[in-house]
Amino acid sequence: MKSLISASPREAAANLAILALLILGPWAALSAGHPFYVTLATKAAILALAATGLHLALGLGGLVSFGHAAFFGLGGYAAGILATHAGSGEALIFGWAGSREILLMICAAMGLALLAALPIGAISLRTSGVYFLMITLAFAQMIYYFALSWPAYGGDDGLSFRRGIFPGLNSARPLPFFWICLGALLIGLAIFQILRASRFGTALEATRQNPQRVEALGIEPFGLRLTAFALSAMMVGAAGALFANLNRFASPSMLSWQMSGELIMLILLGGRGRLLGPTAGALLFVAMEHVLGGWTERWQFFLGLAVLGVAVFARGGFLGLIAGGRRDG
Amino acid sequence: MADPALDIRDLRKSFGALRATDGVTLDLRPGEIHALIGPNGAGKSTLIAQIAGGLRPDSGSVRLFGRDVTALGAPARARLGLARSFQISSLAGEFSALRNVMLAIQARAGSSFRFLRPTQGDRRLTEPAMAALARVGLADRAAVPAALLSHGERRRLELALALAMEPKLFLLDEPMAGLGAEGSRELTGFLSELRREAPILLVEHDMDAVFALADRISVLEAGRVIASGSPAEIRADAGARRAYLGDSS
Repeated sequence: MKSLISASPREAAANLAILALLILGPWAALSAGHPFYVTLATKAAILALAATGLHLALGLGGLVSFGHAAFFGLGGYAAGILATHAGSGEALIFGWAGSREILLMICAAMGLALLAALPIGAISLRTSGVYFLMITLAFAQMIYYFALSWPAYGGDDGLSFRRGIFPGLNSARPLPFFWICLGALLIGLAIFQILRASRFGTALEATRQNPQRVEALGIEPFGLRLTAFALSAMMVGAAGALFANLNRFASPSMLSWQMSGELIMLILLGGRGRLLGPTAGALLFVAMEHVLGGWTERWQFFLGLAVLGVAVFARGGFLGLIAGGRRDG
Repeated sequence: MADPALDIRDLRKSFGALRATDGVTLDLRPGEIHALIGPNGAGKSTLIAQIAGGLRPDSGSVRLFGRDVTALGAPARARLGLARSFQISSLAGEFSALRNVMLAIQARAGSSFRFLRPTQGDRRLTEPAMAALARVGLADRAAVPAALLSHGERRRLELALALAMEPKLFLLDEPMAGLGAEGSRELTGFLSELRREAPILLVEHDMDAVFALADRISVLEAGRVIASGSPAEIRADAGARRAYLGDSS
């Protein structure tokens, strides 16, 4: 919490406004009889969690991965597969028939994302810049086509399932499920902030700014980057599990390159390098999708304009625009 | 006799037809300042990169404290006790001066895989870091982002990073660059003290500083050491005069 306040008075105010909007908005909407907005806020919270996960690699480590949809989708399929087996009673592994517990789905999603991220990271982190971007994209596409062509779990139809359960909350209803997702986002943000302030985060941020200097001090950037990549993938995987639960559907489109691009866009739109940048980006994205999408099918044209505007006029993103210059200590 | 801190044997590195390092042999003994001079394009930067570990030689060997490090990268050499400074200040620009030095302290402690405790206010980092900043006269600029420091301050921060590593060998690449007469004099005094902590391989264009500080001088030209000896011997050497006077006049 300290960092929310100490960032700079204007950024602190912006942060509090964003969190207030996210926390109070759905509650107010439901009281006013618009449950649909709860679902919208849930989607924003999940996308914010995914973007915050990517932000670990992209914002702190400077690793512009164009393949994080792989982890988002794997998380979604992990949830879907566990739920499907639990539904049918058919054994999944070692006679275990899956589970409908959302918490277990999240653990499985993070485990699967970690398993995928370690080899993908170990190979792609041998390169940098645009090559890194292309290799991560290539890995994600491999997983995408694998999912499309694997009929056991729906192939290109995807995987429908009943939303999982959560101890003490009726997760089938919109508002409790929103609290679950919001809780996950807050935990994700806390992890981001703790990592950033730690020795690990310091070294990781230094590799982004000046790898040559980090090496001269006796630190190998590779291990830091691989760790950041894996942690990042796990957080995105957790978000994927929640996203599939929200839609009651694990879809191959979660694995598509458009999804990877969307996650990058959320960060750039909201403000790279700021704790709540990805969250602001996710809120903007969902708001634009809803408002402009209700007005025209081609709403993404305006999304493109917004991203273009940010790229040209406001490199600090939306948060940079309202909170002023960034301060690092 | 103790092993030399640094021992380079017959080092060779070519880029296509250009022999950037052409059979260089030199060493650095405990307690001394060994200056490496030579005109631009003599191959000093290539040589430094091979000593620091950023560049692999085609042949020859580099030994640090008696250990062959030719196959090791820059981080491993740094961990063995080699601290380098860069000709063009190379810092984490978004971080404050203090946080840059704190990074050097945590690197020395090998503790970059600690994930929970914040570095801010961690006295095991801040105290030695402030001490290093104070030694180079930057204590009152500790909170300023490195990118916003003046050129001279950035040069001093480079030095503070090297100090914070508590190295067994300093490899200083033109530490006087752009400092002006006053700054150079100040730094000359500082380096002559520093040699008591660890030997220094000093690459420098400022001949006043070189002749005031060096116990030995080696002259590099076209990738070869054309002369090596005490300052008096180098002053008397015709080839050396031609090489460095042509550059420093």
